[in-house]
Amino acid sequence: MANRHLAFKALADATRREVFERLAAGPKAVGELAEELPVTRPAVSQHLKALKSAGLVTERREGTRRVYQIDPAGLGHMRAWLDQFWDGALAAFQAEVIRTATPESKHERRSKKK
Amino acid sequence: MSRTIQPAPVRKVLTVPATPQRAFEVFTAGFDRWWPRSHTIGKSALKEAVLEPRAGGRWYGIDDDGSETEWGDVLVWEPPGRLVLAWRIGADWQYHADLLTEVEVRFTEQSGGITRVDFEHRLLERMGDAAAALREAIDGPGGWTSILQNYADVVRAG
Repeated sequence: MANRHLAFKALADATRREVFERLAAGPKAVGELAEELPVTRPAVSQHLKALKSAGLVTERREGTRRVYQIDPAGLGHMRAWLDQFWDGALAAFQAEVIRTATPESKHERRSKKK
Repeated sequence: MSRTIQPAPVRKVLTVPATPQRAFEVFTAGFDRWWPRSHTIGKSALKEAVLEPRAGGRWYGIDDDGSETEWGDVLVWEPPGRLVLAWRIGADWQYHADLLTEVEVRFTEQSGGITRVDFEHRLLERMGDAAAALREAIDGPGGWTSILQNYADVVRAG
């Protein structure tokens, strides 16, 4: 359940979206991003961490620096899009199962909750 | 830069108040009843969404104008526990018969008449080829960039 909505949530934050868009232009280190944006270095690191766990960016070591990048083939965008696409589809599926539940199963569920 | 990053699979977990049998049934036989009408790659509005209930069956959309848009086919048909679909739509939103990304849905019975649904859309990195091809079509020779360049040249010469 922890991964649900992750990519969508990661991009819902305006600053984080800004970080993601900066990286879309090319790979960058944390320090470079912090210089470009009106946020602190630790804040940039937090945003990058969230983007990374959502599968939207990756990091690699370049000497002593950590450089972050999005997929050059643009799959980060695609993945984020699919993530929302399937959220919508599965929510509709779930609603349909609930809508067509038999009165017995609805009753069962209610009494189980007590 | 030719480095390709492997995108993580899209994973979702949800529960539905039904037995695995009924959850599987709604997902497949009832596909048209829940598939969002906005979820289509067709040119006109989606009229019907079809998932043929067997391994090798197709899943596709029927548009208002009657034309069919292919999405893929059923790879694994194991009611009521597991369903694997081939999603053959690339990053360019076009159907590619030779593109294989997999959508797996597993239905597991929980206590209290609840079924857990584990969803995964994987092998997304394969869409990269289609994305690269699309970018080439737009940016490469013969694509929009060169067409606009020709246009700009003509304007400048005029």
